[in-house]
Order: sequence, then C-alpha cells, then structure tokens
Amino acid sequence: MTASGRASAGPADGEAGRRAEPGTPSDRSRDEPRPRILRVTGPLVEIACPPSVAMHDVVLLGAAGLPGEVVAVDGDAATVQAYAYTGGLAPGHPARPQGHPLTVRLAPDLLGGVFDGLLRPLAGAGDLLRGGGSAAAPERRAWPFTPRVSRGARVAAGDVLGEIGAHVPLRLLVPPDRSGDVDRLAAAGEYATDSVLAVVGGHEIRMAQHWPVRRPRPAGGRLPADVPLHTGQRAVDLLFPVARGSTVAVPGGFGTGKTMLLQQIAKWCDADVIVYVGCGERGNEMADVIEELTELTDPRTGGSLAERTVTIANTSNMPMMAREASVHTGATVAEYFRDMGLDVVLIADSTSRWAEALREFASRMGELPAEEGYPAGLASQLAAFYERAAAVRTLSGASGSVTVIGAVSPPGGDRTEPVTAHTERFVRCLWSLDRDLAYARHYPAVSWADSFSRDAAALAAAHARGGDPEWLPRRGRVARLLAEADRLADLVELVGITALPPRERVSVLAGRLVREAVIQQNALSPGDAYSAPEKTSALVAAVLAVLDRCLELVDSGVRADAVEAVDFTPLLRARESAGPAETAAVVAARDQVLARLRDAA
Amino acid sequence: MSGGPVGVEYTGVRELRGPLVVVEGVREVGWDEFATIVLDSGERRHGLVLDVDRDLAVVQVLEDTAGMARTGTRVAFAGTPLRIPVGPGWLGRMCDGRGEPADGGPPVLGDTRAAVGAAPINPVRREPPGEPVLTGVGAVDVLTTLVRGQKLPVFSAAGLPHLELAVQIAAQATCAGEAFAVVFAGMGLTHADAEFVRAGLAARAAARDLVLLVNTADDPVIERLLTPRLALTVAEHLAFVVGRHVLVVMTDMTAYCEALREVSAARGEIPARRAYPGYLYSDLASLYERCGRIRGRPGSVTVLPVLTMPAGDITHPVPDLTGYITEGQIVLSAEVHASGAYPPVDPLSSLSRLMRKGVGAGRTRPDHPAVAAQLTAALARSRQVRELADLIGRPALSPTDQRFLDLEDVFRRRFLAQGTDENRSMDESLNGAWDVLLTLPRGELGMIPVDLLDTRTAAREKESP
Repeated sequence: MTASGRASAGPADGEAGRRAEPGTPSDRSRDEPRPRILRVTGPLVEIACPPSVAMHDVVLLGAAGLPGEVVAVDGDAATVQAYAYTGGLAPGHPARPQGHPLTVRLAPDLLGGVFDGLLRPLAGAGDLLRGGGSAAAPERRAWPFTPRVSRGARVAAGDVLGEIGAHVPLRLLVPPDRSGDVDRLAAAGEYATDSVLAVVGGHEIRMAQHWPVRRPRPAGGRLPADVPLHTGQRAVDLLFPVARGSTVAVPGGFGTGKTMLLQQIAKWCDADVIVYVGCGERGNEMADVIEELTELTDPRTGGSLAERTVTIANTSNMPMMAREASVHTGATVAEYFRDMGLDVVLIADSTSRWAEALREFASRMGELPAEEGYPAGLASQLAAFYERAAAVRTLSGASGSVTVIGAVSPPGGDRTEPVTAHTERFVRCLWSLDRDLAYARHYPAVSWADSFSRDAAALAAAHARGGDPEWLPRRGRVARLLAEADRLADLVELVGITALPPRERVSVLAGRLVREAVIQQNALSPGDAYSAPEKTSALVAAVLAVLDRCLELVDSGVRADAVEAVDFTPLLRARESAGPAETAAVVAARDQVLARLRDAA
Repeated sequence: MSGGPVGVEYTGVRELRGPLVVVEGVREVGWDEFATIVLDSGERRHGLVLDVDRDLAVVQVLEDTAGMARTGTRVAFAGTPLRIPVGPGWLGRMCDGRGEPADGGPPVLGDTRAAVGAAPINPVRREPPGEPVLTGVGAVDVLTTLVRGQKLPVFSAAGLPHLELAVQIAAQATCAGEAFAVVFAGMGLTHADAEFVRAGLAARAAARDLVLLVNTADDPVIERLLTPRLALTVAEHLAFVVGRHVLVVMTDMTAYCEALREVSAARGEIPARRAYPGYLYSDLASLYERCGRIRGRPGSVTVLPVLTMPAGDITHPVPDLTGYITEGQIVLSAEVHASGAYPPVDPLSSLSRLMRKGVGAGRTRPDHPAVAAQLTAALARSRQVRELADLIGRPALSPTDQRFLDLEDVFRRRFLAQGTDENRSMDESLNGAWDVLLTLPRGELGMIPVDLLDTRTAAREKESP
C-alpha cells in the first residue's frame, strides 16, 4: 500500500534533508522542499525528513504545530508519535523537526500546579482541551531567594547556590551539565522563576531549568533504601512497609479501591513532595483530588496539601500517546525535587493504561506482538520506569529519594496478564487489592495473603535503631494471627464455631479484632484517614494485650462463649474516636475492654 | 447529516474489504476526515478516514460496502472531521443511527455545528458532581443514586429486562425541576425493541424533552460507531450551551464494541483480549468521559450506558473495561429476576461511587446516606446468614439471624419490586427502605443515628398501635 507513495516522495526529500537545518526552519532557502507529512493514522505520523533528525527528537506537525516525537527512522522517512489529536492532518502538510528531544521546564512553580502529560499547565487552557495544555508559562509569581555561596567560589554540578523560600525547602542548584566559578550571584530578594539568579562559568542560571524527560537526572550514587516512608495507612505501614526510594505496585480490579488508596497516600504520607500522575484515569476523579488537595491542610507544614503536590492529569479521553510520555514526565519532575535533597513520592495511576498506549502504538507500527498484543519490550520498559526510583546521594552530597507507587489494573482481575505479571518481578513491594475484601467493604482492601514487602527486613533494622526493636516481632504476630484466622474461617464454615477448641475460638476472635480494630481504615473519618506510627503501634499493642488476656482466660477455664460475648466495641471504635496521632484514647479503650474481660472471668 | 461542502471527487478505488474502501490518488486528505461516497446508482453513503498514506486514503464506510465496485464509485472528502448541526432543534426528534430523521420530519437543522469527536474537558475546569438525578426507580435512587455528571452503567445479561429499566429511567428521570432532557441512543436494537423504546418514550418526545437515535439490528453495523458520538455531541451542546441537565442513555454498548471489533479485524490490526482491539479501553473512555459538569457553566451530561455481559461474564472485556472507566455500576441479576422482582438489581454488587457527594440533606433527604449504608450492610449480612442456613438449617440459627434470613425476601417484596410505569418519589422510596430495616431488631441498626431511629419508630407505632 505504501510502495507507490514512497517511490514518488522519496528522492526529492532526501535532497532537501541533507541541506536542511533542523530547528531553524526560517534559515532554509526558498526552493528547498520542507520536511512534510507522508502518512497519518491516528497518533502515528510518518514524515519525510532530513537525515540529521535523531531518535526521540521533537517534531511539530502541521500548521498548528502539534507536538510529536520521533520513534523510528527508515531511510528518508521518520515515524513520529503525536501527542495530540491528529484529525485533519494530511500528507503534504509541513513538519518541523526541532533538533532536540522532548524537554520539560522544571521550576518551583510546578508545586501546586496541574499539568498535562507534557507538563503544559492546564490552568488557563480553557474548558475544552483542543491541543493539550496551554503553552503559556504559569502565572508569574516571585519566589524569595537567599544566596548560599559567595561570588568567585568554585562550584560543581549539583552544588547548592542558594535557597528558595516555599512551603517545601527548595534550592537553586548548579545544573547537572555545568560547573565553574560563580561570576555573578543575585542578592537576597524576591525573583521570578525566569530571572537570572547566577552566572556560573559564563552560563546563566535561573530557577526554571529544562531537562529531557526520557533521560534520568544524574546523581552522586545510589544509597540503600532503609528509611521507612510512613504512608499513614496501617495495612501498609504495619504489614507491607515501603522504604523511601523503593518501588511499589498496587494491582487491583475495578472497584477494589486502588485510586482511593493512592489518593490517601498522596494526601497523608510523610514525603516532602508528591508527584501524582493520573494516567488514563477518570476526569471526575481528577477534579475531586485537585479540589480536596486544595482544601486539606498539611499536618506538617500547616499549608495546603496542594502546595507540596504536582499533579499531572492525563485522563483516559486525552490523547493516548501523551499518556505514554506522562510517566516519564512525572519521573523527571520527581528527580528534579529529589536533587534538592528532598524525599519525593511518584504515584502513577494507572501503569496499565500507560502499557496500553505502548501496545496501541506498537500495533500501529506493525511490530510483532508478544503476549496479548503487548510489544516484546514491555517488560524492559516497565523495569526501566521503576528503576527511576532510588534513594540517592545527590551531586552535592545531600540525600534524597524518589519512591515510585504504580497502580496496575489487570483486565478481568486476571493477575497472570502481562503487565501485572512483569511488574510483580520488578517492584520491592506489592500491595495486592482483594475483590472479596472490597466487596465486604473492608478498606483499604490490601490482601495479607497476596501482598509482599521486600523492604521489611531493612526497615525492621531502621525501627530498631529508632528505638522500636519490637516492630518486627509485632508485625510477625499480626501476620500470623491473620493467616491463622483465615485458615480457621474455612473450618468454621464447615463445622460451626462451637465445634472448635477454646484457643482456636480465640484465634477466630483475634482475626476479627485485628481486621476491624487495626487493619481497616475509614478514609472519610477525620480521626482515621491517616494514622501516625505511634497510633498504629498503640492500636496493635492494645489488640494484642486484649487477646493475651482472652487466652489467659480460656486457659484458666473460662468458657469461650463468655469471652466472645464481651463487648469489644470501645476497641473497635478507637481507631476512629482517637485523633490521627493520639494514643491516650487507644490506651483508655484497651483498659475499658480489659476491665470488661475481668468482669467476665 | 450532510457532510458540509463537497470538494474534489476521487474515482480511484483500489481495494474493497469488509467495511473499508481504499481510495488512491488523493491529495491533502486529512486523517479522520468525513467522506461522502456516491455509487453508480446514485446512492449516497458516508465514511470516515482511518488512514492516509501518501496518495492513498483508507475510508471506513458507515453503511457497509455492499454493491460498491472499483468503477463507478466516487468519493469526496469534506476537508474536516465530521461536524453535525446541534441545538434545541433535536429535541422531540426521532432519527436513525446516523442522525437522519426517522419520524417523517425534515432534516434536523441548527445554527451551530459541532465536531462529533469532541475535545476532552479540561480536568481542572471540571466541577465535581454533587446533585442527584432522580429516576423514580427506588432501587437506583436509594442504593445507587445517579449523580449529575456521572457515568453509571447498567450491567445486564441476555434475557434480563435492562431495556425496560433503561426506558423507565429515560421516561421518568428529573433534576429537581431544573431544565432537563434525555438523549437515547439505541445500537443494534431489534425492531420490536426499537418500537418498545419509541412507545415508552412517546410522552417525553411529545414534551420535546427527548432526542432519540436508533440503529436497529439490521441497520449497518459500522453506523453504530457513530450513533453514541452523535448522541453525546447533541447532549453536550444541550447541556453546556443551552443549559439543560442531560441524561444520555446508550444501549447496547456490547453491540457497539462488536462493531469496533469488526472494523479492527478488517484493518488487520493485532487483536488483544477476545479479539477486541487493544484500544477498546481508550475508545470507550472517549465516549464515557464526555459526561460531567464544567465550572461556571449551567447544565450537566450524565451517561447511563447499558450493556449485556456475554454469557453473564463480568470479566468479559466490555463490562470489565467499562467498569474501569465508569463511576460504579448497576448490576442486574438473573437470580433476582427469577424471583419475579422487577427491576432485578443486585444491591450488593451494584455501587455508585459518586453517591456520597450527591445525597443527604439539601439534595435528597437527611436520612438517605445512613439508610442506604445500613440497608446494604444488612443485606450483606442476610446473604451470609442464608449461606449458613443452607449448611446448618434454619432452626439452628439464632433468633436475630432468622430475622436477617428473611430480610432479603422482605427487601425484594416491599422495596425492590416496582411496576415498569411506577414513578416513585424519593420519599416513597426511602420510606420503603425504612419499612425493610424496621423488620430488624433496633440493636442491629447501629449505622443509623439514634435520634433518627427514635423519630421513625415513634411514627410507626402511631401508625399501627
């Protein structure tokens, strides 16, 4: 189908290509044909172009200049994946190679903003998105700057030049590819993001810097990930903890509360900066999370939670290939803040939609499909994405981290499908969401049987250093109680609870208390939406103390019926009645139940 | 549906395959452009450009390629993607799946034209949904409240009365007296079903509150790809420009997805699950995500897709991907249907995710959230008790469990069951829910605030001393 077209279009373009200078279309002499479009099918556009066009170079397509990226070069033709709706684009329309890869502008004003997959601000882009986000720079706001080096000092890549006053402590760094003497440095004061704050080795340095999204930003080296990230979700912090700089996948069918769990973590985890990538998800949900983040107060800084969050919103009906770029954009933004010595959490909801964009494009390119139509490179692309997570020593010697949490949406809840199966191999933690738990309205529906955390051992050591040597045994006991209760539940269904020996009946009770008093969490309750480490420990300790007492009672001959009949309500209500970081109310609830047990004896 | 001005006509048909025609020698034809095809007989057909490669254009023919030959077929391109007239002129009209009048009236005109593949709503300009659409169907209004701007599908199976439910909702839905309209898009309906829809919605059409687009089972399959897009384009204009709250009912989405699969197969695309194309998720999202509200504008678009799960399988790609996009689901169950209750809604697998924002004081009734939560919890317990009773027998149950055992039955008789033309007010529906709950001991209603319980029980004692 393409043969005749190629023959007529090929040679002329080859001539033009060798002389053309990409990136400076105006310099081209008038008689040379310009690079132009040969083929359009959805987001795949083929262009005739000069041989100097490199892989991953940005190309602006058509009169409207729709952005796209070169993904293949074949002779005088290049294949471009377009990041916008290509309706109306026709063969013969112009194409303008830009001579540089897809690059984003990184600046302090990303915090609190909402962007599309190419990091173009969505505020001010109009009610309907005809060509993606607005190209306009975000509102000009002045940021306080305090210099931290003196003029004439010799600085290397990544060194701190000064501090930028924001809710999050930001820094002005020497860009990774620059070094030299500080020729000029601005005095303390307020500056716009685009004003020149320093001149280093003859290069102007501004708050706003640019970086290609597909190239990981350099760091001084990787550090072991052994500092816990407190997510505020007990099911996770207690059973499947994650370290700063680690990776997590959250697989779950629809309706299992994936997005809810990720939003809770975005709101309450104790990272410095959150990068939330809504990748092929629901528009109303994005609107909701944006509104809530603005309204909620950050318990640590007192500012609004939005001020520590960068939101990349690429809903399922926005151009599909921008979805593919959005996870890399998110990773680049996360690394930018990491390099300032901050702990960043990158949340991608959902990586399955990103993988679908890869599949869609591979299919249009005519690549040979591997499993279920996904390209053979799926596994390596997933692995490369998760590898952008790390705890690092920055170029200037500070420590920072990027933790990646990716949602996975297995079709039909089938955990053997390629995206889930591959992702499981590359991540350090898996929080598997269970449909039965969600169906029973047990939230967060993190399955204790199908999840894992390979960080647990390292974090146990960290907890021990931090003065909590009991953390690992406590976790082990809770996990065993849950497993034992599950095993007995099958038996109870067959023979009834009364047929069990007393200690086993207490085990069944233990499962219920651990599930309902500790693991479950009500995202809508102000006291329970997040749980500080001390409250989580107090709740576990309270339940274990009550259970120990129950065991003593049945061992001393008290009937199991009598123990089961005790009203445990204060213990079950403690997680909601106590504040997010309150332990006194939990202890009081424990004592109340212990007193009732004494009466029952 | 005219395609705008017609420019150069091309006669070089190179290939005909399934619903596709490949035209050669074209110049400056854009992707996704609208095409008009004239056959030797003078018959006009319509198509969309799926691929332009140098001087070749691949056109998907909406009416199928039957009777088309390499000679005598002329193809003209509109120069733009398909645009249709929009406006209040659509209200009260009945059309086929391509928007051509089927009611004997003149073609639908409007002063404005809009592209059928609308631009996505900017997520930061979306207003989070917060008020209900009342359907007059108790099970939906109380347990899975439809919220303005939401997308809430009905998952059904062959033989279940989903069409009756869809028509009942379309006929009865209101938005608290605010300007309202229904756009009903039927895809692959049998003639009997199409007639049922027309009859059921006649009053709404006469009141000029309805736009009806019906593609029947013997209409061209590919036309179905256009029908929901026309419906949504008309709805968006009625909502965001005219200022009405619009409910878009789309049935049957499974027929739509099959048409998509047919085109995909004809193009030789690499198939994904069950041979549906890999972009099925994105394609469905491009329809469902057109619901919503926009900050600072009146009106809303609420989408109610209806789909039949092949062999009742909820993990089939069509319901599965729909579930990933939509904000909840209303699931119809063969078991409830067999018990004789209409609508056969399974209250435990049904869910409206946006409900908590759309109900309560000032929206429906202050007791609504607590009643709905308590009723769902009690029904879940009822089902557990029933499983237990199957094993150990009813007499072995505790007295409380016996009350729970009866609850589901009471629920079906006194709350769920309703006539297909019975329009229940919110008060009637909620009172029905109370009747069901109050068959339980008071101590089992822990999710309902005590003062509410006191008022209710007092009122009941007064009624039946």
